[in-house]
Amino acid sequence: MAKAKPRVKVPKSADKDEVITIKTLISHKMESGQRKDKDGNPIPRQIINKFTCEFNGKPVFSCDLEPAISANPYLEFSAKVPESGVFTFTWLDDDGSVYSTESKIKVN
Amino acid sequence: MRKLPGLLAGGVVAAAMTAAGGASADETNLPSIDGVTLQTRVEAPEGHPLTEIISGFEFRTKETQALELDDFNNPGFLMVELGEEAWSTVEGSAGKSCESCHGDASESMRGVRAAMPKWNEAAGRPFTLENQINACRTEQMGAEEWKWESDAMLGMTAYVGLQSRGMPVKVDIESGEMRKWWEKGKELYHTRFGQLDMACANCHESNYGNYIRADLLSQGQSNGFPTYRLKWQKMGSLHRRFKGCMDNIRAKAFKRGSDEFVALEAYLAWRGQGLSVETPAVRN
Amino acid sequence: MNITRRQALALGAGAAVVTMTALPRLSLADTDAVKAAIDAMAGGATPEVANVTLTAPEIAENGNTVPITVAIDSPMTDDDYVTDVTILAAGNPSPGVATFHFTPMSGSAEATTRMRLAKTQDVIAVAKTSTGKVYMDRKTVKVTIGGCGG
Repeated sequence: MAKAKPRVKVPKSADKDEVITIKTLISHKMESGQRKDKDGNPIPRQIINKFTCEFNGKPVFSCDLEPAISANPYLEFSAKVPESGVFTFTWLDDDGSVYSTESKIKVN
Repeated sequence: MRKLPGLLAGGVVAAAMTAAGGASADETNLPSIDGVTLQTRVEAPEGHPLTEIISGFEFRTKETQALELDDFNNPGFLMVELGEEAWSTVEGSAGKSCESCHGDASESMRGVRAAMPKWNEAAGRPFTLENQINACRTEQMGAEEWKWESDAMLGMTAYVGLQSRGMPVKVDIESGEMRKWWEKGKELYHTRFGQLDMACANCHESNYGNYIRADLLSQGQSNGFPTYRLKWQKMGSLHRRFKGCMDNIRAKAFKRGSDEFVALEAYLAWRGQGLSVETPAVRN
Repeated sequence: MNITRRQALALGAGAAVVTMTALPRLSLADTDAVKAAIDAMAGGATPEVANVTLTAPEIAENGNTVPITVAIDSPMTDDDYVTDVTILAAGNPSPGVATFHFTPMSGSAEATTRMRLAKTQDVIAVAKTSTGKVYMDRKTVKVTIGGCGG
């Protein structure tokens, strides 16, 4: 795939201090470095190696990914919502690319 | 073909799987996605080679089924989104996008996938969804053809296909010369190919529900394509799946988009009539 | 001292029994790389097999995409929360799969992802808390080798 494309699912609103579920998915082949091409040459590793989720600038959850994570990495986790604000999601690629997206949430 | 362990090991896994997965016959509890019910088992009409037409969905484990039943969890939607973007992207010398002619896909494309392949009088042959999309691109948009298995094509067939999700597969084999193509597809379905000397029918008609080593054989229905396969870790076309089967029986596979595969697609669509379109399905 | 082949085998068997007694709940089959990864989390201590629930299919239809969920029983307060959870695939060419880092803002120490398994093997989760406790769970996932998966 040409460029990685993130998808996130975050509720639009929550009660104060509610623990919500967040789902994320990003298009990426997660080339493990274990495979060979048709001529028998090893295909170099290229994976998303790190994911982070912050809320209003504070760390909520992060993950170090290894080549054993499936293509199109899926991560589901939870977050406590103390106030209205913005979730920032960031994915780091082996090739130095950084992909990110944001989601707003309103506390009722 | 991957390296396989001894037959015995395969047998043990197969025995264990019988208890865990496989087809369930609960008619009253049909699967649904966001309120759209999927008919995964339908009674076959008279003259049909099967007694019951069963979607590949029913042959999968609950974990794989769960991926299909939630549009966020379904990785096929990465491709659907690609197609959705392309729908309104202007390309080619005519300065048009799909949207320029067809407007809102959720209205104009509803039912299109369910009726494919469809006789095209101008071309004098049946059109698969891929054929139709490329005809639009070259004739209406003045744009380049997309390759059969390109992300762009998979995205568009998935996006257009999704608009028919839940609708029954209903292919018209009486228009134009469709009957001839149907006959050709039927013949291919029953012709043995390759070093293993196997026909589609050997597995998918005579042995669905049985295991071939550790794999539970389905009816080989086409209602979920393009499909996200766990094995591919990607979405793929029906013709890619055909090629996979032919490679495995050690036959020289026909090319994607070839007359042979288009004929087979037409015959398979007829075999799967009444099943809900599940595009983009998730399979193993 | 001369040791016959028979005696050597007996000694080996004895050693195996000792190892089994010394490391209850840890698998004998774990490779050095797996043991090293567990040690790195546990700081040399033996993790307690408790509080961690690893959910994975008993049989994966395809090893390329296996869903797993790990959940740790924890109050997740500023004083006592799960900091890190490592997922290991004991039978993969390289055992590392993912390491989750939680904070009290996570609300609960639970995460789901999809992983690649090269063959039937044990999946292991090792969790560390802010209070220095280390817990683990392991689960065997059978990976079916396709007969004709195409």
